[in-house]
Amino acid sequence: MSYAAPHIGWLQIAPLAIVLGTGLVGVLVEAFVPRRARRTTQLVLVFAALVAALLLIVAQWRDTMASGGVSLFGGSYLLDGPALAIQGTLVVLSILAVAVFADRTSVGQDAFAPAAAAVPGSDYEELARRKGLEQTEVYPLAMFGLGGMLLIVAAGDLLTLFVALEALSMPLYVLTGLARRRRLLSQEASLKYLLLGSFASALLLFGAALLYGFSGSLHLGEIAAATGTIAGLEGLLLGGMTLLLIGLFFKVGAVPFHAWTPDVYVGAPTPVTGFMAATTKIAAFGAMVRVVYVVGPSLQWDLEPMLWTVAILTMVVGTVVALVQTDVKRMLAYSSIAHAGFVLVGVLAFSTEGIASVLFYLVVYGLATIGAFAVVTLVRQTRTGAEGTVILGEATHLAQWAGLGRRSPWLAGALSLFLLSFAGIPLTAGFAGKFTVFTAAADGGAVPLVVVGVIASAAAVFFYVRLIVLMYFTPEREEEGEEGVTVVTSSGFTTVVIAVAAIGTVLLGVLPGPLLELLGQAVKFLP
Amino acid sequence: MTNPYVPILILGGVALVLALGGLGASAIIGPKRYNRAKLDAYECGIEPTPHAVGGGRFPIKYYLVAMTFIVFDIEVVFLYQWAVNFSELALFGFVATMLFLVVITVPYLYEWRRGGFEWA
Amino acid sequence: MSVHTLTAARLPFADLAVPVAPSGPWQESAWLLVAVPLVSAAVLLLAGRRSDRWGHWLGVAASAASFVIGALILVSLLQAPVGERVVEVDLFDWISAGQLTLAAGLRLDPLSLTFVMLVTFVGSLIHVYSVAYMDADVDRRRFFAYLNLFVAAMLLLVLADSFVLLFMGWEGVGLASYLLIGFWNHRTEYAVAAKKAFIANRVGDLGLLIAMMAMFATVGALDFTSVFGAVGSMDTSTATIIGLALLLAACGKSAQFPLQSWLGDAMAGPTPVSALIHAATMVTAGVYLVVRSAPIYEAAPDAQLAVVVVGAITLLFGAIVGCAKDDIKKALAASTMSQIGYMMLAAGLGPVGYAFAIFHLVTHGFFKAGMFLGAGSVMHGMNDQVDMRRFGGLARYMKITWVTFGLGWLAIIGVPPFSGFFSKDKIIEAAFMPVAGAEWRAWLFGSVVLIGAGLTAFYMSRLFFMTFHGEKRWTTAAEGAEQHPHESPRLMTWPMVVLAVGSVALGGLLSIGGVFTTWLEPVVGHTEHADPVLPIPVIMASTLVLVLLGAFLAWRQYAASTVPQVAPAGSALTRAARRDLYQDEVNDAVLVGPGAYLTRSLVYGDRQVVDGAVVGVAHVTVGIAERVRKLQNGYVRSYAATMLAGAVVLLVVVLVTRI
Repeated sequence: MSYAAPHIGWLQIAPLAIVLGTGLVGVLVEAFVPRRARRTTQLVLVFAALVAALLLIVAQWRDTMASGGVSLFGGSYLLDGPALAIQGTLVVLSILAVAVFADRTSVGQDAFAPAAAAVPGSDYEELARRKGLEQTEVYPLAMFGLGGMLLIVAAGDLLTLFVALEALSMPLYVLTGLARRRRLLSQEASLKYLLLGSFASALLLFGAALLYGFSGSLHLGEIAAATGTIAGLEGLLLGGMTLLLIGLFFKVGAVPFHAWTPDVYVGAPTPVTGFMAATTKIAAFGAMVRVVYVVGPSLQWDLEPMLWTVAILTMVVGTVVALVQTDVKRMLAYSSIAHAGFVLVGVLAFSTEGIASVLFYLVVYGLATIGAFAVVTLVRQTRTGAEGTVILGEATHLAQWAGLGRRSPWLAGALSLFLLSFAGIPLTAGFAGKFTVFTAAADGGAVPLVVVGVIASAAAVFFYVRLIVLMYFTPEREEEGEEGVTVVTSSGFTTVVIAVAAIGTVLLGVLPGPLLELLGQAVKFLP
Repeated sequence: MTNPYVPILILGGVALVLALGGLGASAIIGPKRYNRAKLDAYECGIEPTPHAVGGGRFPIKYYLVAMTFIVFDIEVVFLYQWAVNFSELALFGFVATMLFLVVITVPYLYEWRRGGFEWA
Repeated sequence: MSVHTLTAARLPFADLAVPVAPSGPWQESAWLLVAVPLVSAAVLLLAGRRSDRWGHWLGVAASAASFVIGALILVSLLQAPVGERVVEVDLFDWISAGQLTLAAGLRLDPLSLTFVMLVTFVGSLIHVYSVAYMDADVDRRRFFAYLNLFVAAMLLLVLADSFVLLFMGWEGVGLASYLLIGFWNHRTEYAVAAKKAFIANRVGDLGLLIAMMAMFATVGALDFTSVFGAVGSMDTSTATIIGLALLLAACGKSAQFPLQSWLGDAMAGPTPVSALIHAATMVTAGVYLVVRSAPIYEAAPDAQLAVVVVGAITLLFGAIVGCAKDDIKKALAASTMSQIGYMMLAAGLGPVGYAFAIFHLVTHGFFKAGMFLGAGSVMHGMNDQVDMRRFGGLARYMKITWVTFGLGWLAIIGVPPFSGFFSKDKIIEAAFMPVAGAEWRAWLFGSVVLIGAGLTAFYMSRLFFMTFHGEKRWTTAAEGAEQHPHESPRLMTWPMVVLAVGSVALGGLLSIGGVFTTWLEPVVGHTEHADPVLPIPVIMASTLVLVLLGAFLAWRQYAASTVPQVAPAGSALTRAARRDLYQDEVNDAVLVGPGAYLTRSLVYGDRQVVDGAVVGVAHVTVGIAERVRKLQNGYVRSYAATMLAGAVVLLVVVLVTRI
């Protein structure tokens, strides 16, 4: 038996290679570039790499859509329409998210711990803060995470899928623990995320093992082919699929695998929350759609009860619990859970319209999410003491947001726009997203799901609008002694991100047609 | 013909007996003289104290050792297989392994440059 | 002929005017109608304090500009032959998902233009009035921004050529209404009132959503032309469901039974808002929706009957409540509710009523807005006093207000030849029209509207006499606030005068030769006039007798004798009417109670429902949410246990459903 070298399409793996390579170079930068020049070097590298990756994705768009995609590395890397479309989305959103990482605001500090290895509250930490150290490792970490995401959406076999899942998770575990403020909370979140993430990975791996037991292959296409031919082992197949999907449900934050979401979203540094909430969810949905649409169709009737249960639970729990949150980040966390439910509705359409609507929804959701969390990074607590007013961490309690609209109408306006988009108010992108998802699902026969979805969206309007009302119509809270709230000025990055996200949200709301059409081409999975 | 899973079942049984037996035997016949060190949590890295001693710094050596270990250990694990099949894998295998070596060298360099080996 | 009126009348919809492309520069730029006030609102909100000095005039100018554009379009439409008076202006393709394409477009036809003229004309007057009324408010600019936002949304609502676009306007006016009711949100009860309106409206919106889904499911499109074109092939039950869902939406927006409770509380907003949104325009959107959806109702007689019943109940309900309210604005609000009940009833009668519903809507828009502005003027002169028991004898001090309000009063109670007489009398006649196979309807609804007319005369006269006549009952210096009533500035009185002229003449002018009904024919169809079950002179005479009786009783009790300064205990009915006939209690009992009980028993035994910060049904949701939140306890072990339990349950679900 001789070994045949697998086929490698250099153009097709170039975006992935560039992103991962930049991560590696970033580590070397940390090793060899003098401290003062590191941040600038990292930023130049990261943005150059992301733009290059995006250009390469755009460059191969037409060919990929025409040919239906290519299968590389013996079917382990399937670069087809949906994979390319999601990769493009991920890269665009990462450019925005990483820009928020880079913002030092008028305070002159970024959102990350100056020395992450120092014990919270220790003298060493204080020393690092005084010296103005920065943990610029966040950029290579983000690149590694993004690399995992780019890989997972194109993973053609379960092993690649698992490796990609770990590759995207690990950097996020670390990033979660790097918050500059409330470090204990951040580290706790990081640990929780790691533990529960490992648990979910174990379930996924178990599922993969069962599927291998069933079909004798790890390739999604071959598993799909085996569903029709092997009789008597349905238990393995269905159990395996369920566990595999559970691993992905965890990543998208679907109920009842959502418990980590609020704690981690709150604990993580807000720029990371934005990055994670937008891109991880998109990547995991990319993998899920592939699994469901490649292996699922023949199992549609068997898997539907489970998927429906999860979708309904996710929408209802996300919406209902968000109603009573008093913390902005927590509210957005639950809202992101609810949105996972809405996307699931689109997945359950079991049609090409379903795929296109999911792709569109993910773009829309990602834009608004990054924008909303970017706004959160700028609203800060202050404490007035003997040495004047000190600006502290983010003011996330809802009560602290009262009257924000009067002081910073633009910022509050942008956030309102994102919230309205989340709520699905017409003329925002969110409406077009919900509309296409629900239409596709209704066409696919999932009418009860759509009804639940519409009711959940209607209820969700309440808490989104409540925040808007709070910002614009509730008078500012009296300054209670030393505590206060202020809005810091962005050093430019965040402003640009918020503006881009806002413009995108409006544009996709008013004219969703072109993007929908574009994504409509990207609906064919390679087996 | 027996079910192919029967041997696996037997293997599982043996593993269970061994594990439980070991625990049980040591519980029954082992001497029980506890001291402070023995009652501490299982030693794997840093002391689980709420506040690190010595001005907020705690020994990070465990992680450094672990990282270095991974760099070399994993490297060997993969290199061994490559060496065995060297001629068959040919150029593709060579390039892939070199890439792997480069990738795994990067953290090593990082560790070195950031003072990971200066154990004062 | 007479007996078969309704069945025969279904025919007109078969050959409704086919929409044509716009002609002429004004029709093509119809989008400006919406865009101008919208841009103005955006400018006012974004410019912030910088625009404080000129912002209100920009608001007035934007509204006036819309009026001018509307008038030019109206002229161009009048010049067109009757068959080409339904114009569809395509704006752009909005979303195309799967088999569905949503295009945004405007529909210019007699119905929408009637609304455009009403909204922009009355709206502009109220803008002018507000310049003076809100003079002292530091947030006047923001107020105008919201008013402009409202005008834009309302115009979008009436100009939309599809239910989707209509829904956007529908939500827009709801938002503007919410913002304006809660404009003085530093007072908690005002903020609560805003929330109540918001929630009642959401219930109604749900109806519109259901209707749209049902239409989409059966027709596959949501634009008026396709939906109405497909009504013929729709089965009756589908049409009935759609009709009832649309009725629910209309009830929410137009404060009709059983969703009427928010309107009284909505009076918390500044008075110009009450005049514009909660009297003349937004609350009539429900009537618009029903009339616009006429082809659907024609195919669903049961839904149509429901519309009539809702209208009848509301008209009596509002009238009874109006007799007991001492708050001048709340009494006017009850009256609005009741008058919209008339319109609803007329709209439910089918082709005999559509045109009259809209006719009454227009005249009502004038006299009711005029009276609200009058009420605002009274409050302006009386230090924001609203209790009519502390008014009295104001006629001498506020001459212009007295005269204009008086003309509005004569119009609403239907004294010939004022506007209300022409429009309301037509509705009364239409209510007496016989319906094939259901003779009782004509008699029942006929008597209801007759009684309503009498009640209207009583409570409106009560309001008028208590405010402007009788002896002074003003608060004194001893009570903390001495009153020095005075006439309002010109900017406030002029809009009142203009509206009063409308109240006097509009009804008569528009009924000469049936001008208005003919104008609406391309939209609502043409009906041969049938004979009511009673001769018309008898109906007219009995109406007038009842009106005079009501007015006389009110005069005797509130002008000729002493009015107590504190409301007497009153009879059971009076007490009930003061509390809106226990509507809030009923809502609590019917909606909140069982819901809470259900969740309590279903989910967590009989633990107490946690009290949330929101009203109504939201209580229940909050109760559930608080419990789920307890599961989020921060321990990784419980999270992992949840996940494991979830995984097990899902595995069971998959494997069990397999069997």
